[in-house]
Amino acid sequence: MKLLPSGGRRLFVLLLALWGVGTVHAQSSNDTSFLSMLGDLREATYSDKEDIVERLSQTGHPSVRLVLTAFLEDRLYFRNGDQKVFFVKSAEAEPLNLIDPLSLKDAGSAPEDSLTKIGTNNGLRRALRTTLAHFGLSSPDAAARLDAVRDMLRSLDDATVALLREQIGVETNSRVKKEIAKGLALAALDGSDTKERLDAVATLSQSVSQDARNRLALLLDKSPEGNFVEGDEKVRRAAATAVATIDQWRTFYSGIETLFFGLSLGSVLVLIAIGLAITFGVMGVINMAHGELMMLGAYTTYVVQVAMPGHIGVSILAAIPSAFIVAGLTGVLLERTIIRFLYGRPLETLLATFGVSLILQQCVRSIFSALNRSVVTPEWMSGSLQLNDALAITYNRLYIVIFTLIVFAIILVVLKRTRIGLDIRAVSQNRAMAKAMGIRTEWVDAMTFGLGSGIAGVAGVALSQLTNVGPNLGQSYIIDSFMVVVFGGVGNLWGALIGGMLMGIVNKLLEPYSGAVLAKIFVLVALILFIQIRPRGLFPQTGRSAEDK
Amino acid sequence: MKHRMMLMACLLLAGMASSRVATAQDTIKVGVLHSLSGTMAISETTLKDTILMMIDEQNKKGGLLGKKLQAVVVDPASDWPLFAEKAAQLLEKDKVAVVFGCWTSVSRKSVLPVFEKDNGLLFYPVQYEGEESSKNVIYTGAAPNQQAIPAVDYLMKEVGVKRWVLEGTDYVYPRTTNKILEAYLLAKGVKAEDITINYTPFGHSDWQTRVAAIKKFGSAGKKTAVVSTINGDANVPFYKELGNQKISAEDIPVVAFSVGEEELSGLDTKPLVGHLAAWNYFESLSTPANKAFIDQWHTFIKKPKRTTNDPMEAHYIGFNLWVKAVQKAGTTDVEKVLAALPGLETPNLTGGIARMLPNHHITKPVYIGEVKADGQFNVVWKSTGTVPGDAWSDYLPASKDIDADWVTLKCGNYNKVTKKCSGQNYK
Repeated sequence: MKLLPSGGRRLFVLLLALWGVGTVHAQSSNDTSFLSMLGDLREATYSDKEDIVERLSQTGHPSVRLVLTAFLEDRLYFRNGDQKVFFVKSAEAEPLNLIDPLSLKDAGSAPEDSLTKIGTNNGLRRALRTTLAHFGLSSPDAAARLDAVRDMLRSLDDATVALLREQIGVETNSRVKKEIAKGLALAALDGSDTKERLDAVATLSQSVSQDARNRLALLLDKSPEGNFVEGDEKVRRAAATAVATIDQWRTFYSGIETLFFGLSLGSVLVLIAIGLAITFGVMGVINMAHGELMMLGAYTTYVVQVAMPGHIGVSILAAIPSAFIVAGLTGVLLERTIIRFLYGRPLETLLATFGVSLILQQCVRSIFSALNRSVVTPEWMSGSLQLNDALAITYNRLYIVIFTLIVFAIILVVLKRTRIGLDIRAVSQNRAMAKAMGIRTEWVDAMTFGLGSGIAGVAGVALSQLTNVGPNLGQSYIIDSFMVVVFGGVGNLWGALIGGMLMGIVNKLLEPYSGAVLAKIFVLVALILFIQIRPRGLFPQTGRSAEDK
Repeated sequence: MKHRMMLMACLLLAGMASSRVATAQDTIKVGVLHSLSGTMAISETTLKDTILMMIDEQNKKGGLLGKKLQAVVVDPASDWPLFAEKAAQLLEKDKVAVVFGCWTSVSRKSVLPVFEKDNGLLFYPVQYEGEESSKNVIYTGAAPNQQAIPAVDYLMKEVGVKRWVLEGTDYVYPRTTNKILEAYLLAKGVKAEDITINYTPFGHSDWQTRVAAIKKFGSAGKKTAVVSTINGDANVPFYKELGNQKISAEDIPVVAFSVGEEELSGLDTKPLVGHLAAWNYFESLSTPANKAFIDQWHTFIKKPKRTTNDPMEAHYIGFNLWVKAVQKAGTTDVEKVLAALPGLETPNLTGGIARMLPNHHITKPVYIGEVKADGQFNVVWKSTGTVPGDAWSDYLPASKDIDADWVTLKCGNYNKVTKKCSGQNYK
């Protein structure tokens, strides 16, 4: 600048000013068309709206991204009074805070009933997502870029391919890079250069994604006359190998997936059975109300969640001890008032606890109504952990597997390493001797029953994340929990763990072939046959104490 | 002493009987046969309240034929054989003029012989699988051609679906509906390998394997949709699992025939947004009649947040049709009311007219809605005008020649080819 003579500097300033006026002018005409397109959205059908979105994105208007994001998230409205279009910060606030779509400034607030929402449907949301993906590419967040690329792969046109090609040069994250490479390879398959196409096939064979496989499989298709659709034999052969490789990997991963499904079903079975393994296994009490104790745990989760609105994530953690206490105390009360009078009379215990289960169900119906209660799943428990294109593990199941193992470890420690655990084992092995040693067997009975019931409550917390919280929750799990305990061997915690996991895995291995109904029947039949051969289950109790039972 | 007790008891009984006679003269009894306990109580209790509200309303208007309406409510407790027992009690002991009741198809099949034997009149308010037309039943819910077929058409034409998963609970309604849908899709040129059908038990909660299978089926490169006849609370874990396995409505939409506002009110709707439901009524449809009905419901039930739903509207229509038929016939005699019913019209809540057809079904508009985050539906498609209910599906080889007509043919199962009336043939 210093080098410019003063006259030149003046000219430069003038030019700058002229350019400024020009852009302002262009901007305002862009504004007008932008606004009129927004106006068209008010009355348009869903397919017309898709066209308008397309045109809006082509205006390149600075506020198009925010407006379209608002549209996608159901935050675009027009005012009934003057038909002006606005978007709002949050659709939950009352009154709604309006934002002007042009200036992006606050435009006051209005009550919800004076505004009309501009609605979307699935097709439109999909179109919006693809359009917005173009903006997502420049996001500083790698995960957002990955999502953007995935959205763009849904519809690969020339403009998208050009954008992706540009992006791969500057992309730093390796996962995003890989996804873009996949997209470019998919596009390159449509080209004519044999070498490029062979490279593309090679790239795609590295991937395990289903769309890559589908695209490659298309190369192997035959036309109705019996000729290959793909003329180039080299490409065809490469594609055949690639499809075989991908299929192999996908089969492998789906095997792992099934195994995980089995483990997760198994851990639910273990969780609902450990409490019973203590009350039924150690104490010999057939507690038909065990399922209802789980139900109490699930309802406790609901109550805690209602009591802590806005802290859904924390409320689940807080529900675990609360459910243990609620169900545990109910268990102690049950033991003190009913079961202790019925020790050694299994049939009467069965009937009495069945009665208790009905009473508990009706109580819940009277307090919470017969309708199911909705327990919200916290953010960190929804969604899945995407390991690769072929394998994803859902978070809620993953956490429940981990949770089961933790609960199991804690119970093991309590029984083997603490004073109360010692007492429980002593009383269960030889009541008379334990009594002679000065152990208050009655108190130990109550505590044991309370422990088993408390664990049932904790299982209820986990179930509230998987199934419906309603009065019938317990009934649907009670049979399963008895099955696990009997299969594993009465009185053996390890038996419950191994038995539950085994049953879960066998069930899930069978399900794809036989369907859910038959798989359950097969497992039950197998269990009955097993009990014929080994009446005391997988891990029978041995030694003198077992003889008395 | 003993004798005196007996005498007193006799006197008491006689007194009760005479008082019953006295009331019977100036009231008309209306039977309500809905489960108030057990698994179906969730859905059916609402319908009992709807009928009580309608009776209340009618009595405020001065009753019917100068008499007051009196509800006789019984509880069949979600127990199918008990439905038949309670129906017999209503018809034979209480001598009700009409019964509004049943939800599941099993319960309807269970009471059918009772109504036919005692010549009663049942208004059945729930969407069902069709393949039935009884002289003694008025079907105010949707037949498959008023719900399932239009929904599939919508997906095929508007969404461009090429591959179909028919997922249902294992009992008569899903099995028959899926049989009809499969025949329909095959007739429309869908290849057999692009259709998969699966059933799960009532209350199924471990959906991991099924959802993974749907995901796999849907990743073959063709647009895929799930047609769900999953019933009851098994839907909650199903939709949750869909959300967790990241199957969004934009990729694989699920259209449900048994999920309405009432069912959604019991669950977290976030993972469901965008999934579809096909009904003949949605609470979110804003018409003056619907607004008035919702207000009336909230006042009656004293809970401002209770939702309304499709079977409630069916009862609303059914009750109004019955009232009109009784007024036209001038009596509550079942034969005369049945003769008066065909051709009667009453406005439905969403605009349009429900007309009673000779096959004992009614005309209904069809709506398809997408679930919104607040548990209501955003209507994305509606039929032009109303669709007449077809008792016997035209897409099943066994029933395409069958016709039902209680006006001219006097037959619910008339074979147009052999010209024979079989099954529910009444003279």
